[in-house]
Amino acid sequence: MGCDAAGVIAAIRSAAAVVDAHRDELVNLDREIGDADHGENLKRGFTAVVSKLDAAGDTPGAVLKVVASTLISTVGGAAGPLYGTAFLRAAAKLGTAVAVTPGSVVDALEAALEGVVARGKAEPGDKTMVDALTPAVAAARAAPGSVADVLRAAADAADQGARDTVPLVARKGRASYLGERSAGHMDPGARSTALLLRAFAEAAS
Amino acid sequence: MKKIINDPSAVVEESLRGLAAAHGDILRVRTDPAVVYRADAPVTGKVAIISGGGAGHEPMHGGFVGPGMLDAAAPGAVFTSPTPDQVQAAVQHVDGGAGVLLIVKNYTGDVLNFETAAEFASADGIDVRTVVIDDDVAVKDSLYTAGRRGVGGTALLEKIVGGAAEDGYNLDECEALARRVIASVRSMGVALTACTVPHAGEPSFVLADDEIEIGIGIHGEPGRRRVSHQPADQLVATLLDPILEDLPFSSGDRVLLFTNSMGGTPLVELYLAHGIAERLLAARGITVERRLVGPYVTSLEMQGMSLTVLKVDDEMLRWWDAPVRTAALRWGV
Repeated sequence: MGCDAAGVIAAIRSAAAVVDAHRDELVNLDREIGDADHGENLKRGFTAVVSKLDAAGDTPGAVLKVVASTLISTVGGAAGPLYGTAFLRAAAKLGTAVAVTPGSVVDALEAALEGVVARGKAEPGDKTMVDALTPAVAAARAAPGSVADVLRAAADAADQGARDTVPLVARKGRASYLGERSAGHMDPGARSTALLLRAFAEAAS
Repeated sequence: MKKIINDPSAVVEESLRGLAAAHGDILRVRTDPAVVYRADAPVTGKVAIISGGGAGHEPMHGGFVGPGMLDAAAPGAVFTSPTPDQVQAAVQHVDGGAGVLLIVKNYTGDVLNFETAAEFASADGIDVRTVVIDDDVAVKDSLYTAGRRGVGGTALLEKIVGGAAEDGYNLDECEALARRVIASVRSMGVALTACTVPHAGEPSFVLADDEIEIGIGIHGEPGRRRVSHQPADQLVATLLDPILEDLPFSSGDRVLLFTNSMGGTPLVELYLAHGIAERLLAARGITVERRLVGPYVTSLEMQGMSLTVLKVDDEMLRWWDAPVRTAALRWGV
């Protein structure tokens, strides 16, 4: 993948395909501890995103801004504003640069995490997407190498972070109403975060 | 899954089209983004009352749009809060120049999306206030959760504030009244069966024949605990006791009692339960001044019910009794 706008567009397309392929899995994870809409909502959002990519702009930041506004205006629920904020903050961090670098990817991931934390007010351990994104940012920052290397480190850490949500008792979002009964299930938001990062990493490889 | 639907992803839009066809004298529906608004909107000089939330709770909120209640409702996908541009579109359709009050149920997604919309509308120079209702006593340890959910009390709040706004309350007065209602209302629900979200295709949880879920919200999510099914006398007490202890309600209080079906419980059982609740309140010296019984805040086809008790004063009663003309509530007109 190139590190320019076209490369980012390709990565977003592959993320949309991954969301589509895992729609049922995300719905089922959410059905167990939430309200059974996460996969359907993300699919609706990324389908809308794909329809706008051709005219999404000529810098990585411009592309991510379109992704952000489309997710905010089509997803709803908690995932719409949270993912929307994540992409918006990442876009702002990338600014008007014509290509991403390993360093700017790390900075963008960190900005995305800060945005999600600010909007959702969740902390690590609350059983949310923050539990995938936090280790992902740390791993990305520690990873030397190319953009692909950085994203692969982030995706690996997010995978582990999502798995680590299984025993947790949810303290945010709808799963929190289950109390102790939320333990034993993977958080659907952490899972979708890991899936998206994996898609980006594979597109970059 | 057996439902009267075509494509699961088109359920809300097709339902809204039917709502518009059935109640064209009261309301209008626009799509992309979806908004239900009163036919005579905007009403110049009147505070606009807007609410919204996921579909699947009908008649809330679209069925509460009309003179004396809501100016607009923003319906999201099933059990999914609306997006900010839906709420913004609602604001644009009904803002009559006297400000807008957003009524938001305390669910993470609802709060985030309405918050975002309110920021945009404020930036456009519209005076927007937001109140968040959190009447569900089933959520005890709110330090460790997203906080109490907004459930059945929402219908009462929308009627009372809607009546006051229709009669000329300004935005400050509407907001103050709304906050007082929110501080005075408590609810608790039970599920006898799960519901099936159309796009999920399977029930949200599975209950054995002799099991019920106590302390459910309104999104098909499981409740706080699972217990054996109980006779109605015991079940109604199980719901009512935590409500009465929470505010607390005490002897001499005057209340509005709302007995709500989650969608699948028929009126014969609902009235039976309502009678028991009236008796239990009377035994505690609490006077039921007004009642509402029926399916108003539902969870698709879930069997079950919720009880909502609002401690009323003369001002609240006046606006509860005020004329209302909506698809679901209609009196005095």
